[in-house]
Amino acid sequence: MTRELLKGNVAIGEAAIRAGVQAYFGYPITPQTELLEYMAWRMADLGRVFLQAESEIAAINMVYGAACTGARVMTSSSSPGFSLMQEGLSYIAASDVPAVVVDMMRGGPGLGNILPSQGDYFQVTRSAGHGDYRPIVLAPASVQEAIDLTMLAFDLADRYRHVVILAADGQIGQMMEPAELPPMQPLTAAPPWALRGAQGRAPNRISSLYMHAESAEAANRRIQSRLSQIRQYEQRSLEYATEDAELLVTGYGTAGRIALSAVQAAREQGLKVGLLRPLTLFPFPEERLSVLADRVQACLVVEMNAGQMLDDVRLAVGGQIPVEFYGRMGGVVPMPDELLTVISRMYRRVAAPA
Amino acid sequence: MQDSFLFSGFGGQGVMFAGQLLAYAGMDAGYHVTWIPSYGPEMRGGTAHCFVILSDQAIGSPVLPRPAVALVFNQPSYEKYAGQVAPGGLLVFNSSLITADQSPSVPTLAIPATATAHGLGDARLMNMVMLSALLTVRPVLPVSALEAALAAHLPAHRRSLLAANVQALAAGAALAREAWLSPA
Repeated sequence: MTRELLKGNVAIGEAAIRAGVQAYFGYPITPQTELLEYMAWRMADLGRVFLQAESEIAAINMVYGAACTGARVMTSSSSPGFSLMQEGLSYIAASDVPAVVVDMMRGGPGLGNILPSQGDYFQVTRSAGHGDYRPIVLAPASVQEAIDLTMLAFDLADRYRHVVILAADGQIGQMMEPAELPPMQPLTAAPPWALRGAQGRAPNRISSLYMHAESAEAANRRIQSRLSQIRQYEQRSLEYATEDAELLVTGYGTAGRIALSAVQAAREQGLKVGLLRPLTLFPFPEERLSVLADRVQACLVVEMNAGQMLDDVRLAVGGQIPVEFYGRMGGVVPMPDELLTVISRMYRRVAAPA
Repeated sequence: MQDSFLFSGFGGQGVMFAGQLLAYAGMDAGYHVTWIPSYGPEMRGGTAHCFVILSDQAIGSPVLPRPAVALVFNQPSYEKYAGQVAPGGLLVFNSSLITADQSPSVPTLAIPATATAHGLGDARLMNMVMLSALLTVRPVLPVSALEAALAAHLPAHRRSLLAANVQALAAGAALAREAWLSPA
Protein backbone atom coordinates (compact mmCIF):
# COMPACT_ATOMS: atom_id res chain seq x y z
CA MET A 1 0.00 0.00 0.00
CA THR A 2 1.18 3.50 -0.71
CA ARG A 3 0.59 6.69 1.18
CA GLU A 4 -1.27 9.40 -0.68
CA LEU A 5 -1.86 13.05 0.11
CA LEU A 6 -5.62 13.06 0.75
CA LYS A 7 -8.16 15.65 1.78
CA GLY A 8 -10.28 14.54 4.75
CA ASN A 9 -13.60 14.79 2.92
CA VAL A 10 -12.31 12.82 -0.06
CA ALA A 11 -10.61 10.24 2.18
CA ILE A 12 -13.89 9.54 4.01
CA GLY A 13 -15.69 9.13 0.68
CA GLU A 14 -13.13 6.67 -0.68
CA ALA A 15 -12.98 4.79 2.64
CA ALA A 16 -16.76 4.39 2.56
CA ILE A 17 -16.53 3.07 -0.99
CA ARG A 18 -13.86 0.58 0.00
CA ALA A 19 -16.01 -0.47 2.99
CA GLY A 20 -18.68 -1.38 0.44
CA VAL A 21 -21.15 1.51 0.67
CA GLN A 22 -23.82 0.78 -1.93
CA ALA A 23 -25.83 3.99 -1.75
CA TYR A 24 -25.07 7.59 -0.80
CA PHE A 25 -27.72 10.29 -0.40
CA GLY A 26 -26.82 13.87 0.50
CA TYR A 27 -27.16 17.59 0.12
CA PRO A 28 -24.28 20.09 -0.22
CA ILE A 29 -23.09 22.18 2.72
CA THR A 30 -19.65 23.60 3.51
CA PRO A 31 -17.34 22.26 4.93
CA GLN A 32 -18.28 18.74 3.74
CA THR A 33 -19.32 19.38 0.13
CA GLU A 34 -16.18 17.76 -1.34
CA LEU A 35 -17.39 14.45 0.12
CA LEU A 36 -20.69 14.70 -1.77
CA GLU A 37 -18.85 15.88 -4.90
CA TYR A 38 -16.42 12.96 -4.71
CA MET A 39 -19.23 10.45 -4.28
CA ALA A 40 -21.08 11.97 -7.24
CA TRP A 41 -18.50 10.76 -9.75
CA ARG A 42 -17.00 7.80 -7.92
CA MET A 43 -20.27 6.01 -7.11
CA ALA A 44 -21.50 6.45 -10.67
CA ASP A 45 -18.24 4.97 -12.00
CA LEU A 46 -18.76 1.89 -9.82
CA GLY A 47 -22.41 1.48 -10.76
CA ARG A 48 -23.55 2.21 -7.20
CA VAL A 49 -26.21 4.71 -6.11
CA PHE A 50 -25.47 8.43 -5.70
CA LEU A 51 -28.38 10.78 -5.22
CA GLN A 52 -28.32 14.48 -4.43
CA ALA A 53 -31.59 14.93 -2.57
CA GLU A 54 -33.74 18.07 -2.46
CA SER A 55 -32.90 18.57 1.22
CA GLU A 56 -31.18 16.95 4.19
CA ILE A 57 -34.60 15.78 5.40
CA ALA A 58 -35.12 13.91 2.15
CA ALA A 59 -31.56 12.55 2.19
CA ILE A 60 -31.83 10.98 5.66
CA ASN A 61 -35.18 9.40 4.79
CA MET A 62 -33.66 7.95 1.62
CA VAL A 63 -30.90 6.54 3.83
CA TYR A 64 -33.63 5.01 6.04
CA GLY A 65 -35.33 3.38 3.07
CA ALA A 66 -32.11 2.07 1.55
CA ALA A 67 -30.90 0.81 4.94
CA CYS A 68 -34.05 -1.34 5.16
CA THR A 69 -32.75 -3.31 2.16
CA GLY A 70 -29.70 -4.35 4.21
CA ALA A 71 -27.26 -2.47 1.96
CA ARG A 72 -24.44 -0.38 3.42
CA VAL A 73 -25.67 3.23 3.12
CA MET A 74 -24.53 6.66 4.21
CA THR A 75 -25.08 10.39 4.15
CA SER A 76 -22.96 13.35 5.19
CA SER A 77 -23.67 16.91 6.25
CA SER A 78 -22.52 19.69 8.54
CA SER A 79 -24.15 21.12 11.65
CA PRO A 80 -27.24 23.00 10.33
CA GLY A 81 -27.89 20.26 7.75
CA PHE A 82 -27.32 17.61 10.40
CA SER A 83 -29.97 19.28 12.57
CA LEU A 84 -32.47 18.75 9.75
CA MET A 85 -31.79 14.99 9.87
CA GLN A 86 -32.85 14.47 13.49
CA GLU A 87 -36.29 12.96 12.89
CA GLY A 88 -35.00 10.50 10.29
CA LEU A 89 -32.11 9.45 12.53
CA SER A 90 -34.52 8.59 15.31
CA TYR A 91 -36.67 6.48 12.93
CA ILE A 92 -33.55 4.64 11.75
CA ALA A 93 -32.46 3.89 15.32
CA ALA A 94 -35.96 2.76 16.30
CA SER A 95 -36.12 0.46 13.26
CA ASP A 96 -32.87 -1.40 14.08
CA VAL A 97 -31.30 -0.71 10.70
CA PRO A 98 -27.62 0.20 10.19
CA ALA A 99 -26.60 3.57 8.76
CA VAL A 100 -23.48 5.74 8.73
CA VAL A 101 -23.82 9.53 8.99
CA VAL A 102 -20.97 12.05 8.82
CA ASP A 103 -21.29 15.36 10.66
CA MET A 104 -18.44 17.68 9.61
CA MET A 105 -19.14 20.13 12.42
CA ARG A 106 -18.98 23.90 11.84
CA GLY A 107 -19.32 27.01 14.00
CA GLY A 108 -22.75 27.57 15.50
CA PRO A 109 -25.34 27.97 16.83
CA GLY A 110 -27.67 29.02 14.04
CA LEU A 111 -26.29 29.43 10.56
CA GLY A 112 -23.05 30.26 12.36
CA ASN A 113 -20.11 29.97 9.98
CA ILE A 114 -18.17 27.34 8.04
CA LEU A 115 -15.18 27.17 10.39
CA PRO A 116 -14.18 24.12 12.48
CA SER A 117 -16.15 23.49 15.69
CA GLN A 118 -17.15 20.75 18.12
CA GLY A 119 -20.39 22.45 19.10
CA ASP A 120 -22.54 19.41 18.15
CA TYR A 121 -21.15 17.08 20.86
CA PHE A 122 -24.38 17.05 22.86
CA GLN A 123 -26.46 16.66 19.71
CA VAL A 124 -24.51 13.68 18.39
CA THR A 125 -23.89 11.86 21.68
CA ARG A 126 -27.18 12.44 23.51
CA SER A 127 -29.63 11.21 20.92
CA ALA A 128 -29.31 12.81 17.49
CA GLY A 129 -33.12 12.82 17.31
CA HIS A 130 -36.04 12.43 19.67
CA GLY A 131 -36.67 9.46 21.94
CA ASP A 132 -34.51 7.35 24.17
CA TYR A 133 -31.41 6.18 22.35
CA ARG A 134 -27.86 7.15 21.56
CA PRO A 135 -25.97 6.66 18.31
CA ILE A 136 -22.42 5.28 18.26
CA VAL A 137 -20.17 8.30 17.72
CA LEU A 138 -16.60 8.16 16.37
CA ALA A 139 -14.23 11.14 16.46
CA PRO A 140 -11.22 11.17 14.09
CA ALA A 141 -8.33 13.59 14.62
CA SER A 142 -6.46 13.08 11.34
CA VAL A 143 -7.09 12.06 7.76
CA GLN A 144 -5.76 8.56 8.48
CA GLU A 145 -8.10 8.19 11.44
CA ALA A 146 -10.98 9.50 9.33
CA ILE A 147 -10.33 6.57 6.96
CA ASP A 148 -9.91 3.97 9.70
CA LEU A 149 -12.96 5.12 11.65
CA THR A 150 -15.12 5.26 8.49
CA MET A 151 -14.29 1.58 7.91
CA LEU A 152 -15.06 0.83 11.56
CA ALA A 153 -18.31 2.82 11.36
CA PHE A 154 -19.77 0.48 8.73
CA ASP A 155 -18.69 -2.62 10.67
CA LEU A 156 -20.22 -1.33 13.92
CA ALA A 157 -23.41 -0.22 12.17
CA ASP A 158 -23.87 -3.74 10.77
CA ARG A 159 -22.82 -5.53 13.96
CA TYR A 160 -25.29 -3.65 16.17
CA ARG A 161 -27.89 -2.67 13.50
CA HIS A 162 -27.49 0.86 14.74
CA VAL A 163 -26.79 4.45 13.67
CA VAL A 164 -23.09 5.35 13.65
CA ILE A 165 -22.06 9.00 13.43
CA LEU A 166 -18.60 10.06 12.32
CA ALA A 167 -18.22 13.41 14.10
CA ALA A 168 -15.36 15.45 12.67
CA ASP A 169 -14.96 19.16 12.00
CA GLY A 170 -14.21 21.49 9.09
CA GLN A 171 -10.48 21.30 9.70
CA ILE A 172 -10.38 17.52 9.28
CA GLY A 173 -12.64 17.75 6.23
CA GLN A 174 -10.55 20.40 4.48
CA MET A 175 -7.05 19.33 5.47
CA MET A 176 -4.76 17.19 3.30
CA GLU A 177 -2.43 14.72 4.99
CA PRO A 178 -0.56 11.60 3.88
CA ALA A 179 -2.73 8.58 4.51
CA GLU A 180 -3.13 4.99 3.40
CA LEU A 181 -6.39 3.58 2.13
CA PRO A 182 -7.39 -0.03 2.79
CA PRO A 183 -8.01 -2.40 -0.13
CA MET A 184 -11.46 -2.51 -1.73
CA GLN A 185 -13.74 -4.86 0.18
CA PRO A 186 -16.40 -7.01 -1.46
CA LEU A 187 -19.99 -5.83 -1.00
CA THR A 188 -21.73 -7.38 1.99
CA ALA A 189 -24.52 -9.91 1.41
CA ALA A 190 -28.07 -8.91 2.35
CA PRO A 191 -28.86 -9.93 5.96
CA PRO A 192 -31.90 -12.13 6.68
CA TRP A 193 -33.96 -9.21 8.04
CA ALA A 194 -33.61 -7.13 4.85
CA LEU A 195 -36.63 -6.03 2.80
CA ARG A 196 -35.86 -7.20 -0.73
CA GLY A 197 -39.04 -9.02 -1.76
CA ALA A 198 -40.60 -11.90 0.16
CA GLN A 199 -41.30 -14.41 -2.59
CA GLY A 200 -41.14 -17.91 -1.12
CA ARG A 201 -40.74 -16.82 2.49
CA ALA A 202 -42.62 -15.07 5.26
CA PRO A 203 -42.42 -11.26 4.89
CA ASN A 204 -40.01 -9.26 7.04
CA ARG A 205 -41.38 -6.14 8.68
CA ILE A 206 -39.47 -3.01 9.67
CA SER A 207 -41.25 -0.19 11.49
CA SER A 208 -40.77 2.37 14.23
CA LEU A 209 -44.48 2.60 15.04
CA TYR A 210 -45.73 0.95 18.24
CA MET A 211 -49.41 1.51 18.95
CA HIS A 212 -49.31 0.10 22.49
CA ALA A 213 -47.17 1.23 25.38
CA GLU A 214 -46.11 -2.35 26.19
CA SER A 215 -44.77 -3.03 22.70
CA ALA A 216 -43.05 0.38 22.64
CA GLU A 217 -41.44 -0.40 25.97
CA ALA A 218 -40.28 -3.78 24.65
CA ALA A 219 -38.70 -1.97 21.67
CA ASN A 220 -37.02 0.44 24.07
CA ARG A 221 -35.67 -2.46 26.12
CA ARG A 222 -34.21 -3.98 22.95
CA ILE A 223 -32.49 -0.68 22.11
CA GLN A 224 -31.19 -0.26 25.65
CA SER A 225 -29.83 -3.80 25.71
CA ARG A 226 -27.99 -3.06 22.46
CA LEU A 227 -26.59 0.16 23.97
CA SER A 228 -25.42 -1.65 27.06
CA GLN A 229 -23.45 -4.10 24.87
CA ILE A 230 -22.03 -1.16 22.95
CA ARG A 231 -20.96 0.44 26.25
CA GLN A 232 -19.36 -2.81 27.32
CA TYR A 233 -17.39 -3.63 24.18
CA GLU A 234 -16.79 -0.52 22.12
CA GLN A 235 -15.10 2.11 24.29
CA ARG A 236 -11.99 3.31 22.49
CA SER A 237 -9.34 5.90 23.27
CA LEU A 238 -5.67 6.71 22.69
CA GLU A 239 -3.14 7.84 25.27
CA TYR A 240 0.12 9.72 25.42
CA ALA A 241 2.44 9.86 28.44
CA THR A 242 -0.22 8.91 30.98
CA GLU A 243 2.02 6.44 32.94
CA ASP A 244 3.37 8.97 35.45
CA ALA A 245 1.10 11.93 34.66
CA GLU A 246 0.03 14.27 37.47
CA LEU A 247 -2.25 16.26 35.19
CA LEU A 248 -4.41 14.52 32.60
CA VAL A 249 -5.53 16.49 29.56
CA THR A 250 -8.40 15.13 27.52
CA GLY A 251 -9.88 16.21 24.22
CA TYR A 252 -11.10 14.58 20.99
CA GLY A 253 -10.73 15.26 17.28
CA THR A 254 -8.99 18.49 16.29
CA ALA A 255 -8.89 19.80 19.88
CA GLY A 256 -7.32 16.47 20.93
CA ARG A 257 -4.55 16.58 18.35
CA ILE A 258 -3.70 20.20 19.16
CA ALA A 259 -3.71 19.25 22.86
CA LEU A 260 -1.16 16.52 22.02
CA SER A 261 1.28 19.16 20.72
CA ALA A 262 0.77 21.17 23.92
CA VAL A 263 1.23 18.09 26.12
CA GLN A 264 4.45 17.16 24.29
CA ALA A 265 5.73 20.72 24.82
CA ALA A 266 4.79 20.52 28.51
CA ARG A 267 6.73 17.25 28.83
CA GLU A 268 9.76 18.96 27.27
CA GLN A 269 9.51 21.48 30.13
CA GLY A 270 9.51 18.61 32.63
CA LEU A 271 5.80 18.81 33.54
CA LYS A 272 4.21 15.43 34.16
CA VAL A 273 1.26 15.83 31.85
CA GLY A 274 -0.52 13.12 29.86
CA LEU A 275 -3.27 13.00 27.26
CA LEU A 276 -6.34 10.80 26.85
CA ARG A 277 -7.96 11.23 23.43
CA PRO A 278 -11.37 9.52 23.09
CA LEU A 279 -11.97 7.88 19.70
CA THR A 280 -15.52 6.94 20.66
CA LEU A 281 -17.66 9.76 22.09
CA PHE A 282 -20.48 7.28 22.60
CA PRO A 283 -19.66 4.97 24.19
CA PHE A 284 -17.53 7.45 26.12
CA PRO A 285 -14.28 5.77 27.31
CA GLU A 286 -15.36 6.09 30.94
CA GLU A 287 -13.66 2.89 32.10
CA ARG A 288 -10.22 4.06 31.06
CA LEU A 289 -10.80 7.58 32.34
CA SER A 290 -11.94 6.21 35.67
CA VAL A 291 -8.71 4.18 35.99
CA LEU A 292 -6.60 7.22 35.11
CA ALA A 293 -8.54 9.39 37.57
CA ASP A 294 -7.23 7.16 40.37
CA ARG A 295 -3.67 8.06 39.39
CA VAL A 296 -3.67 11.75 38.43
CA GLN A 297 -4.16 14.85 40.56
CA ALA A 298 -6.47 16.72 38.19
CA CYS A 299 -7.98 16.72 34.74
CA LEU A 300 -8.25 19.41 32.06
CA VAL A 301 -10.88 19.06 29.32
CA VAL A 302 -10.18 20.86 26.03
CA GLU A 303 -12.90 21.30 23.41
CA MET A 304 -13.93 23.62 20.59
CA ASN A 305 -17.19 24.46 22.37
CA ALA A 306 -18.39 25.82 25.71
CA GLY A 307 -17.86 22.53 27.59
CA GLN A 308 -19.89 19.50 26.45
CA MET A 309 -17.70 16.39 26.75
CA LEU A 310 -16.88 18.03 30.07
CA ASP A 311 -20.15 16.52 31.42
CA ASP A 312 -19.09 13.00 30.41
CA VAL A 313 -15.67 13.49 31.99
CA ARG A 314 -17.28 14.64 35.24
CA LEU A 315 -19.61 11.62 35.23
CA ALA A 316 -16.70 9.23 34.65
CA VAL A 317 -14.44 10.85 37.23
CA GLY A 318 -17.25 11.10 39.77
CA GLY A 319 -15.85 13.94 41.87
CA GLN A 320 -12.57 12.12 42.65
CA ILE A 321 -10.35 14.87 41.27
CA PRO A 322 -10.82 18.49 40.17
CA VAL A 323 -11.93 18.81 36.53
CA GLU A 324 -11.36 22.09 34.70
CA PHE A 325 -12.22 23.21 31.21
CA TYR A 326 -10.73 25.28 28.40
CA GLY A 327 -12.61 25.87 25.18
CA ARG A 328 -12.89 28.14 22.16
CA MET A 329 -16.20 28.65 20.39
CA GLY A 330 -17.82 29.76 17.17
CA GLY A 331 -15.18 28.32 14.82
CA VAL A 332 -12.06 29.45 16.70
CA VAL A 333 -9.43 26.71 16.83
CA PRO A 334 -7.07 26.87 19.83
CA MET A 335 -3.34 27.09 19.12
CA PRO A 336 -0.77 24.75 20.76
CA ASP A 337 0.98 27.65 22.59
CA GLU A 338 -2.35 28.84 23.97
CA LEU A 339 -3.09 25.36 25.38
CA LEU A 340 0.45 25.08 26.75
CA THR A 341 -0.11 28.27 28.77
CA VAL A 342 -3.38 26.90 30.17
CA ILE A 343 -1.75 23.54 30.98
CA SER A 344 1.29 25.05 32.73
CA ARG A 345 -0.85 27.37 34.86
CA MET A 346 -3.16 24.58 35.91
CA TYR A 347 -0.24 22.22 36.55
CA ARG A 348 1.44 24.70 38.90
CA ARG A 349 -1.84 25.22 40.74
CA VAL A 350 -3.17 21.70 41.18
CA ALA A 351 -0.49 19.14 40.35
CA ALA A 352 2.68 20.65 41.75
CA PRO A 353 1.71 23.30 44.31
CA ALA A 354 4.68 25.31 45.54
CA MET B 1 12.59 19.99 12.43
CA GLN B 2 9.35 21.80 11.76
CA ASP B 3 8.82 24.43 9.08
CA SER B 4 5.60 26.22 8.21
CA PHE B 5 4.62 27.97 5.00
CA LEU B 6 1.83 30.36 4.12
CA PHE B 7 0.97 30.79 0.43
CA SER B 8 -1.33 33.68 -0.42
CA GLY B 9 -2.57 35.34 -3.60
CA PHE B 10 -5.51 35.84 -5.97
CA GLY B 11 -7.65 32.88 -6.97
CA GLY B 12 -6.13 31.51 -10.20
CA GLN B 13 -2.53 32.33 -9.28
CA GLY B 14 -1.86 28.74 -8.25
CA VAL B 15 -1.71 29.34 -4.50
CA MET B 16 -3.33 26.02 -3.60
CA PHE B 17 -1.32 23.97 -6.07
CA ALA B 18 2.02 25.50 -5.01
CA GLY B 19 1.24 24.52 -1.41
CA GLN B 20 0.17 21.04 -2.45
CA LEU B 21 3.33 20.50 -4.47
CA LEU B 22 5.45 21.39 -1.43
CA ALA B 23 3.33 19.02 0.67
CA TYR B 24 3.77 16.20 -1.89
CA ALA B 25 7.54 16.76 -1.99
CA GLY B 26 7.67 16.78 1.81
CA MET B 27 5.62 13.58 2.01
CA ASP B 28 7.87 11.88 -0.56
CA ALA B 29 10.91 12.93 1.52
CA GLY B 30 9.39 11.15 4.53
CA TYR B 31 8.15 14.14 6.52
CA HIS B 32 4.86 14.47 8.30
CA VAL B 33 2.94 17.08 6.30
CA THR B 34 -0.32 18.97 6.50
CA TRP B 35 -1.93 21.22 3.89
CA ILE B 36 -5.00 23.25 4.69
CA PRO B 37 -6.72 25.85 2.52
CA SER B 38 -8.75 28.89 3.36
CA TYR B 39 -12.16 27.58 2.37
CA GLY B 40 -14.30 30.58 3.22
CA PRO B 41 -15.65 33.39 1.07
CA GLU B 42 -12.10 33.88 -0.29
CA MET B 43 -12.43 30.92 -2.63
CA ARG B 44 -15.44 32.63 -4.20
CA GLY B 45 -13.23 35.52 -5.41
CA GLY B 46 -10.45 37.65 -3.92
CA THR B 47 -7.40 36.59 -1.99
CA ALA B 48 -7.01 32.95 -0.94
CA HIS B 49 -4.34 31.22 1.09
CA CYS B 50 -3.15 27.81 2.17
CA PHE B 51 -0.93 26.72 5.04
CA VAL B 52 1.64 23.91 4.81
CA ILE B 53 3.64 22.31 7.62
CA LEU B 54 6.57 19.92 7.20
CA SER B 55 7.79 18.21 10.35
CA ASP B 56 9.77 15.20 11.51
CA GLN B 57 7.13 14.72 14.28
CA ALA B 58 3.36 14.27 14.15
CA ILE B 59 1.76 17.66 13.52
CA GLY B 60 -0.75 18.99 16.04
CA SER B 61 -2.25 22.12 14.59
CA PRO B 62 -2.12 22.44 10.77
CA VAL B 63 -2.33 26.23 11.20
CA LEU B 64 -0.04 28.41 13.32
CA PRO B 65 -0.51 32.05 14.35
CA ARG B 66 2.66 33.08 12.45
CA PRO B 67 4.20 31.10 9.58
CA ALA B 68 7.98 30.63 9.36
CA VAL B 69 7.76 31.45 5.67
CA ALA B 70 5.25 33.53 3.74
CA LEU B 71 5.02 33.41 -0.04
CA VAL B 72 2.86 36.29 -1.19
CA PHE B 73 1.72 36.53 -4.78
CA ASN B 74 -0.27 39.82 -4.78
CA GLN B 75 -0.44 43.21 -3.05
CA PRO B 76 -3.35 42.44 -0.65
CA SER B 77 -1.48 39.33 0.56
CA TYR B 78 1.66 41.40 1.09
CA GLU B 79 -0.27 43.97 3.12
CA LYS B 80 -1.80 41.23 5.26
CA TYR B 81 1.14 38.91 5.85
CA ALA B 82 4.41 40.86 5.44
CA GLY B 83 4.40 41.67 9.16
CA GLN B 84 3.15 38.23 10.27
CA VAL B 85 6.21 36.08 9.55
CA ALA B 86 7.73 34.48 12.67
CA PRO B 87 11.21 35.57 13.84
CA GLY B 88 13.91 33.68 11.96
CA GLY B 89 11.57 33.36 9.02
CA LEU B 90 11.54 34.51 5.42
CA LEU B 91 9.20 36.59 3.27
CA VAL B 92 9.19 35.83 -0.46
CA PHE B 93 7.16 38.21 -2.59
CA ASN B 94 6.21 38.52 -6.23
CA SER B 95 7.85 41.86 -7.08
CA SER B 96 6.14 41.96 -10.51
CA LEU B 97 2.83 42.70 -8.78
CA ILE B 98 3.83 43.99 -5.36
CA THR B 99 5.11 47.38 -4.28
CA ALA B 100 7.15 46.61 -1.17
CA ASP B 101 6.21 49.47 1.14
CA GLN B 102 6.74 47.80 4.52
CA SER B 103 9.89 46.99 6.51
CA PRO B 104 9.31 43.44 7.80
CA SER B 105 11.57 42.23 10.62
CA VAL B 106 12.58 39.13 8.62
CA PRO B 107 14.74 38.78 5.50
CA THR B 108 12.82 39.31 2.27
CA LEU B 109 13.32 37.86 -1.17
CA ALA B 110 11.89 39.84 -4.09
CA ILE B 111 11.27 37.68 -7.15
CA PRO B 112 9.84 39.15 -10.39
CA ALA B 113 7.87 35.95 -10.74
CA THR B 114 4.96 37.04 -12.95
CA ALA B 115 7.32 38.76 -15.44
CA THR B 116 9.55 35.67 -15.46
CA ALA B 117 6.56 33.40 -16.05
CA HIS B 118 5.40 35.64 -18.91
CA GLY B 119 8.89 35.35 -20.36
CA LEU B 120 8.54 31.57 -20.24
CA GLY B 121 5.30 31.86 -22.18
CA ASP B 122 2.66 31.32 -19.48
CA ALA B 123 1.78 33.60 -16.54
CA ARG B 124 0.43 30.56 -14.69
CA LEU B 125 4.00 29.33 -14.14
CA MET B 126 4.45 32.14 -11.59
CA ASN B 127 3.76 29.86 -8.61
CA MET B 128 6.54 27.45 -9.61
CA VAL B 129 9.01 30.34 -9.97
CA MET B 130 8.12 31.49 -6.45
CA LEU B 131 8.27 28.01 -4.90
CA SER B 132 11.70 27.11 -6.25
CA ALA B 133 13.02 30.57 -5.28
CA LEU B 134 11.91 29.80 -1.72
CA LEU B 135 13.62 26.40 -1.58
CA THR B 136 16.79 27.84 -3.10
CA VAL B 137 17.34 30.20 -0.17
CA ARG B 138 15.72 27.98 2.48
CA PRO B 139 16.67 24.44 1.42
CA VAL B 140 14.25 22.45 3.54
CA LEU B 141 14.03 20.26 0.45
CA PRO B 142 16.09 20.43 -2.75
CA VAL B 143 14.41 22.00 -5.79
CA SER B 144 14.87 18.61 -7.47
CA ALA B 145 12.33 17.22 -4.94
CA LEU B 146 9.72 19.53 -6.49
CA GLU B 147 10.55 18.23 -9.96
CA ALA B 148 10.23 14.66 -8.73
CA ALA B 149 6.93 15.47 -6.99
CA LEU B 150 5.57 17.05 -10.18
CA ALA B 151 6.52 13.94 -12.16
CA ALA B 152 5.02 11.63 -9.54
CA HIS B 153 1.77 13.45 -8.72
CA LEU B 154 0.75 15.64 -11.67
CA PRO B 155 -2.58 14.25 -12.86
CA ALA B 156 -2.63 12.62 -16.29
CA HIS B 157 -4.54 15.46 -17.97
CA ARG B 158 -1.85 17.96 -16.88
CA ARG B 159 1.16 15.92 -17.98
CA SER B 160 1.74 18.10 -21.03
CA LEU B 161 2.63 20.98 -18.68
CA LEU B 162 5.44 19.09 -16.93
CA ALA B 163 8.34 20.41 -19.04
CA ALA B 164 7.21 24.04 -18.74
CA ASN B 165 6.84 23.69 -14.96
CA VAL B 166 10.31 22.20 -14.63
CA GLN B 167 11.66 25.12 -16.68
CA ALA B 168 9.90 27.56 -14.33
CA LEU B 169 11.46 25.83 -11.31
CA ALA B 170 14.92 26.32 -12.85
CA ALA B 171 14.19 29.98 -13.58
CA GLY B 172 13.01 30.62 -10.01
CA ALA B 173 16.12 28.97 -8.57
CA ALA B 174 18.39 31.09 -10.80
CA LEU B 175 16.60 34.31 -9.81
CA ALA B 176 16.83 33.46 -6.12
CA ARG B 177 20.56 32.68 -6.29
CA GLU B 178 21.14 35.98 -8.04
CA ALA B 179 18.99 38.01 -5.61
CA TRP B 180 20.30 36.27 -2.49
CA LEU B 181 24.00 36.30 -3.34
CA SER B 182 24.11 39.90 -4.54
CA PRO B 183 21.93 41.91 -2.16
CA ALA B 184 21.03 45.41 -3.23
